[in-house]
This record gives sequence, C-alpha cells and structure tokens, in this order.
Amino acid sequence: MENRKLIKIATAGSVDDGKSTLIGRLLYDTGSLTTDKLEAIEKTSRQRGFDYLDFSLATDGLVAEREQGITIDVAHIYFNTDKTNFIVADTPGHVEYTRNMVTGASTSQVAIILIDARKGVIEQTYRHFFISNLLRLSHVVVAINKMDLVGYDEDVFLKIKADFDALVEKSNFQTEQITFIPISALKGENIAKKSAEMPWYVGNTLLDHLEVLEPEDLQEQAFARFPVQYVIRPKTDAFHDFRGFSGKLYGGNLNVGDQVTILPSFTESKIKSIQLFDQELEVAVPGASITITLEDEVDISRGDMIVKSSELPSSEKSITATICQVNHKPLKIGQKYTLQHGVNRVLAKVESIQSKIQTDFSGEESTEALKLNDIGKVSFKLSKAIHFDPYQVNRSNGSFILIDEGTHDTVSVGFIF
Amino acid sequence: MSTIYFNPKESESIHILREVAAQFERPVLLFSGGKDSITLVRLAQKAFYPARIPFPLLHIDTGHNFPETIQFRDELVKELGLELIVRNVQDSIDQGKVREEKGRYASRNTLQTTTLLDAIEEFKFDACIGGARRDEEKARAKERVFSVRDDFGQWDEKNQRPELFDMLNGRIEQGQNVRVFPISNWTELDVWEYIKTENIKIPSIYFSHKRKVFFRDGLIWTANKHVYREPHEEVVEKMVRFRTVGDMTCTAAVLSEADTLDTVVEEIRQSTLSERGARIDDKRSEAAMEKRKKVGYF
Repeated sequence: MENRKLIKIATAGSVDDGKSTLIGRLLYDTGSLTTDKLEAIEKTSRQRGFDYLDFSLATDGLVAEREQGITIDVAHIYFNTDKTNFIVADTPGHVEYTRNMVTGASTSQVAIILIDARKGVIEQTYRHFFISNLLRLSHVVVAINKMDLVGYDEDVFLKIKADFDALVEKSNFQTEQITFIPISALKGENIAKKSAEMPWYVGNTLLDHLEVLEPEDLQEQAFARFPVQYVIRPKTDAFHDFRGFSGKLYGGNLNVGDQVTILPSFTESKIKSIQLFDQELEVAVPGASITITLEDEVDISRGDMIVKSSELPSSEKSITATICQVNHKPLKIGQKYTLQHGVNRVLAKVESIQSKIQTDFSGEESTEALKLNDIGKVSFKLSKAIHFDPYQVNRSNGSFILIDEGTHDTVSVGFIF
Repeated sequence: MSTIYFNPKESESIHILREVAAQFERPVLLFSGGKDSITLVRLAQKAFYPARIPFPLLHIDTGHNFPETIQFRDELVKELGLELIVRNVQDSIDQGKVREEKGRYASRNTLQTTTLLDAIEEFKFDACIGGARRDEEKARAKERVFSVRDDFGQWDEKNQRPELFDMLNGRIEQGQNVRVFPISNWTELDVWEYIKTENIKIPSIYFSHKRKVFFRDGLIWTANKHVYREPHEEVVEKMVRFRTVGDMTCTAAVLSEADTLDTVVEEIRQSTLSERGARIDDKRSEAAMEKRKKVGYF
C-alpha cells in the first residue's frame, strides 16, 4: 500500500462536545467525503432545518441512531493524507462510554479528548483521560473545541490547559505525551488550516500534529513475544517435512539464529527461518504476521509461546489484574470463566475482588461485584500457568479477555499487574 | 526497520484468517468473483503458505453474473487447486423458497440470502469469511471482525461482542455461525493499491471496455436479457468499467478510459463518488444495507 504509515486514533468526548462534527470535518478537509455522501448530508441537514452541515450524519449510520440522534456503538472511520492512513475508533460519549471507549482505545495508539471551551474540564473529561491512562495510550491530544463561541480567547484556553495539567500529574503520562490544540470543528479553525482568529496559538494544526506522529515512536519497546496461532504442516511432496509455527510478533524483533525457549514446555531451540509468505526474512519486526521454523523437532501447539531464552516472561497460575466489565452480567467472587490471553485459553476462577476503582481519579472502594462499565482490581486462580508481562511493560502480552461459559460472550477485559 | 517489507493491514488480515482456521471446524470463504474476495484469496494463500488454503470457496450464483466473472472464478480455482462449491439462486426459485422480483428494478440480489443460508445449513459451515469493509457503508462501519449470527443468520447490531486488542472470540452455540471480515479495516483504495503492489489478477470488466449500456436514474446499466429495460430506454455503446462487481442487475458501470491497474488506481484516488454510489441495491433506501444485514445478507 505504497508505504503509507498507519496511525490509529480513539476519539472521546461528551454528547455535545462536537465530536461527530470534528470527525466529519477531518473527513471533509482531507477530501475523504465523496460527493454522494456529502450530498446526502446536505439533504438531511436541510430536511431537519439546520443552517449548517450536520457532519454527525457521516458517522451515525444505524436507523436507531438517526432516529434518536445518538451513537450506539464504536464506529470505525477511515481517511488518509498523502503520507498517512488514519483509522479512527469513534466512541460514543454518553451511557456505556466506559465499555466503548476501552474497546476503541484498545486498538489505538492516540486519543483525541474533546473539551467544550465553554464548559472546560468536566467529570466526563476525567473519565476519558482515566481510560487513556489505564490503557496506556502513547499520546493524547486535548482538542479544546468551540473556541468560536468564547471569542477565540487565549485565557479560556490557558485556564483549561492548567486544569487539565493538574489531571496529568495524577496520571502516568509525561507532559510531552500530551498536546493541547484550540479548535473550532464547526468553522474548521486549526483542523487542517491554521486559524487566523487565534494568532496567539503557535503550535501545529490538529491534522499536521497527527501527521508528524511516527508509528515507531508510538510503539512500545518490550521483549519479543511470539504466541503460536497455527501450526502449518503442508504434507505435500515439495514440503514434506515442513513444520512452521505461524503467528503475530509483539514487543520486539526476532532474528534468524536467536536462541529461543518454548513455553510452557521450557524446551530450547534456535530459529532456523522466518517467512512471510514465500519471502525469507533475516529479522521480523513487531506487528508482522510471520511463520517460523526451528532447528529442532519440538512439540509445539496453538497457544504456546516462543520467546528469546534470555528474556523469559512471568509464568503464574495466580494473577491480579485491573478488570473492566464489558457485559451486563456482573463479575462475582467464585465465578468461573474461560480466560483468553492472546490466542491461549485457560480456565479462570475469581478468587477475590479487591476494590472498585473510581474512574475520576478519586480513589477506590470495596465491592462485592463488578457491573457493566465498572473497573476494579480482581485476583484469579488459573487452571494452567499463563506466560505474561505486566500490562505496564507490554500491552498485548499483559491483557486478556474473559469469556462467559454459558453465553460465550466476551464479558470482561483485564490488564495484568 | 523501514527497510523490511511490512504492511500492517495485510498482517492484521492474515492474523484474522489464521484465527478462523484455528477456532472453527468448518469455515468457508464466500467468493463473489469481485476484487475484495479475490484479495481475500491472496491473503489466505499468504496466511497458510506453503500449505494449501484449508477451507473451500462458496459462490452463490444468481445466474445473472457477468460471464467474465464466472470464467475468472473457474481459472483461479484451477490455478490454485482450491475446492469450489457453487449454489444457485435459480434452485431456490425452482424450489419455491423465493420469488423472482418483477419490473423495473427486478434483481436477484436480495434472493441470494436464502440460498446462502441454505448452503450454510447444508454444509454446517460455522464460519463464513467475507470481503466486506467498514468503509463501504454506514451500517458496516459498526460491524465486528467476528460477527455472530443466530440460527436465522440475523445480525443484532445492538448486542455485539466488544472486540478488544486483537483477541478474537469465536465461541458460539450450536446453530449459530460467525461471519468473518478479515479486510474490515481496508479502504477501497487500500484494496486497489494492494492488487497493484501484489500484481493480483482480476476480471477484465474492472478495466475499460466497450459495452452496450443504457442510462436510468443517472446510472449506467448493462443492456442484457437479465436486466429489465423499458422500450424507450435507448441502448448505446460506451467505454465503461465496473468499480464493484456483483449481480448484473444491481451493479452499475462508470464511464472510464482506465485500462491498466495504474490508471484504475489513479482514477479511484481522484474519484469524488463513493464505491457504493454505483450500487443499485443500496440506492433503494438510506438504510438498505442495514435491513439486508439484519436478515442474514453477506
């Protein structure tokens, strides 16, 4: 795809912060809204008696959403510039925002948090920032919107920035990971073009800022983890003895010749080859779906993990994690689930719920159960050891989901301590 | 790092296809002969190389396909040594399960759903891999990668499983099945650029050619015995190509001189009309796709 870099963004904001308008504006300003889509927006906006284009119509697609003027679910929106492909996970700001934002943020590197300049930092802002912090996003853009409604006043911008900086101090973020931009999504100020109304702002426009982000800089530096997804055995004449272990690589590089350990057997071997389709690679980088062959005949099946022998992860049958409940069925002590860690599944039993965590940085309280959208600290006992890193160190090898044994639904997501 | 060839969207799709092969007993790839399902075949080849693709292709043939598409399908299957299952909408009509539409906008497009659901039941497929993309249409923007359908093939948009990180949960009950969309996150341009980079063969009707057509509702329709035409709708010969390839009765052509992959990609890049703007089936109403999805469409 012509070497365009890929940046994944989650957007968060309250109902009237103008989030849909911002996304519509980004689509419009990058020429990603086609004529027929734009005409549909113009037509519906007119029918509803608006004297502006309601860009939320570009993203709220389901009948129920249009009827009620709300966003039901995470929507994925795509646009690109000459240099960059963007994927936006647009998460609704109202009820059930925790589940939706956690879901959207889990596949994103960057969060855009919208603040209404007239309202400043509100409770919802705390919650959106809390989730960005919990999910360890690499970068947060605080877009202070509706500057046109406060006379493009720098003091308003500075006051909100100061309030937000107080939040940053309570988080794990470094100040250089946070960027503040004053915008008007409705008028297109500081979105793609620099605002003449706000000469006091010397930073990048939102789009320029998103474009200078580099995926390599947003990616965490961690140890290489290779969970085996599928064993490839062609059993054809040309590849009679071929046994390849395929999967996606996380965290760090793997090289041909690396001394590796296979978990859970703790058998050792050496990487003989790394393949991407019919290409032989010397080195594989994180994010690549590859196939590995080993020097020795080792018994390996799906769910096993290949790591460098000098970089072993933790192997434990008891774990403690921050849990976010994403299903109506509450999580309770004693309950059993299937725990899916990457592609590996084990049985898990809830040993204790240590606390429910307030999502506004105000602390923790004790609880008997975690309900939908609750976040809490939970300890589990597992049927077999899993091989993990703390979520703080490696996002993909430090997270898991819980699957309900009865309904098979995904009911929780966990971040291991 | 940048010297190593690595395409993040391709890698994600390969990851999804391997999850399908690992988590399901009887997966199938829904093949239409269009560019998206052709791209899926290439991705599946890459995912399981040097082994063969470990699932068959299923084509729901409306009987109103472009002959170029059918010819292409048969050549591809032969070249890659794939297993192809074809089920015909005509059979569903003959069995009295569905009734042929009549009149100006008659199409077998919606009738396909019944034939598809019957095929799923006949072969007990538990995962159907499709080439739908979220950027195609608003209702698809909210679709999951693993989308659970009930016994009736229905989509319940308000009750979808959240998908976190790249962990896919394919657990289902007896009678349910999963629709899988490995290229969910690709745009139309991504697909075309990939076809160009990978030098993937596609049916000739994607390139500019001379065709007998007629104009209706601002769209260019193929003049053919399967497509209903009023006596006053005059047939003319134009240089056209197709941007999406489906049933002849629901796919409109675009005027184009683009006859190479380079010029097609450039045309898509410059285009101000969306891909589904040339889909007659979506023009029926603003929520046309959502309605079809709810009853088990692709």
